[in-house]
Amino acid sequence: MNAILLIARRELASYLRTMSGYVIIAAVLAVDGLLFNAFALGGPGKRSAEVLSLFFYFSSGTTLIASIFISMRLLAEERQSGTLALLYSSPVRDVEIVAGKFLSGLAFLALLTALTFYMPLLIGVHGKISFGQVFAGYLGLLLLGSAALAIGTLGSALARTQVLAAIGSACLLVSLLVTWLVARVTEQPLSDIFSALALHGEHFAPFQSGVIHLRDIVYYLAVTYVALFAATRVIEARRWR
Amino acid sequence: MIQVENLTKYYGPRAAIRNLSFSIDRGQVIGFLGLNGAGKTTTLKILGCVLLPTSGKVRIGGFDVERDPHEIRRRIGFLPDTPPLYDEMRVGDYLAFVAQLRGVARKNTRAFVLDAEEKTALREVDSEPIAALSHGFRQRVGVAQALVHKPELLILDEPTSGLDPAQIVEMRALIRELRGAHTVLVSSHILSEISQTCDRLLVIQSGELVAQATEAELAQRFGGGGAVEVELRGAGASAQAAMEKVEGVGTVRIVREEGGVALLRLEGAAELRPQIVRALVAAGLDVLRIDKGEERLESIFLKLTHGKEAA
Repeated sequence: MNAILLIARRELASYLRTMSGYVIIAAVLAVDGLLFNAFALGGPGKRSAEVLSLFFYFSSGTTLIASIFISMRLLAEERQSGTLALLYSSPVRDVEIVAGKFLSGLAFLALLTALTFYMPLLIGVHGKISFGQVFAGYLGLLLLGSAALAIGTLGSALARTQVLAAIGSACLLVSLLVTWLVARVTEQPLSDIFSALALHGEHFAPFQSGVIHLRDIVYYLAVTYVALFAATRVIEARRWR
Repeated sequence: MIQVENLTKYYGPRAAIRNLSFSIDRGQVIGFLGLNGAGKTTTLKILGCVLLPTSGKVRIGGFDVERDPHEIRRRIGFLPDTPPLYDEMRVGDYLAFVAQLRGVARKNTRAFVLDAEEKTALREVDSEPIAALSHGFRQRVGVAQALVHKPELLILDEPTSGLDPAQIVEMRALIRELRGAHTVLVSSHILSEISQTCDRLLVIQSGELVAQATEAELAQRFGGGGAVEVELRGAGASAQAAMEKVEGVGTVRIVREEGGVALLRLEGAAELRPQIVRALVAAGLDVLRIDKGEERLESIFLKLTHGKEAA
């Protein structure tokens, strides 16, 4: 546990000490803000709850993209710069390496997500917002982000360079995202399975409108667990070749 | 401290090391020698619990690398061929991170870091970011991270690579200082860089151990009894003739001849020095100096490695 926190803390400090961390924060906040302004606030009159739901919808997109950029460096960079040998030769279990890396990414994503909080507050200036919906929406963003980060961690464990890691993770994420499209063109019971597998559609929509289902929480946690488990196996296998 | 038996490692179909066996006692400084690609780094990575062996047994401090890698990792410090540095960290913070990762208690961390910085002469750059350091400093930070938690065994993969001559001398002095307190395994592809530092040398070629002995033993075994060097006043050719008449002396070579002073060298036959001097005096030549010329280490090394290639 101690090792996990040590690794996570070092990694988080390194996000904040290098430019890349701030670039990611700035880019995501800018895009999210633009989308919020143009599509959530703009257009014909809407009720506050709809605006808030749209805000979470757009934020989920930026969260997915941010997750790829945050996670791409986690293990690929260590491998590129040779520092993985430092972790490998220290009394740290492989699962602790992966968990520490993932946690630092999650903490950074949480910080980034917290910085978007001014947007719901802006809605509250002229409208009325339900804090239940805000809470559910942010919980959804974090769960979705956690699943995406775990997939990104897996991509980063597999790839030799950060760019390859980002490309690989993006492919994995997009495959999981588009299963709802596959669901539309398949028949029962396959369509049910595909739509239940989809990373966004069926599982994120309830959070957006303020509804928390246990099955959605379980889904995101399961994706996180499976991806991190696979990443750990990849890191372990590296010792054999 | 280290027992290696029939260690073999394959990368795909290619064997990087084959049936390597050796053992190392506590407190020794061992030089691990081989040309590039001989299998040094692979062996050290296995000893450093970074890679797992394909077959064979490796025990360090009584623990098996496959069964108890954690116990071993607690007891070793490893410097890989490229120093594993986080460029954005400050030297002191980096060493503190490594120390804690290897189990040093938080309250003792600073003392351990200062101690490591003292040993590796890094105090002045304690608060510098690693990215701003020169190559020599980076290499020293690499050594500092390996010893910061005071491990029993230090594994240093080419700690002198890329250093200038002055830094190589410093690094050698540092490794000598570590003797006793730690068991040290240090690799190099340049014999002279580590020969004076080590108690014993292991020479590896194409993944196999070709020799293990002290420097002197190697010189004796492969130098054929040592060489003799004679400096004298007079004609080199007549000296050559006089020396070759002595029983047991082989070919004598004139190394140089200038201003009436000649330097001659013959391989082997170091024990024939008295007879050689007598023969030279009898021939009317003034002997200025006679030495047991050391077999050049580099030539032993080349003999060892080339002999293997020819085989």
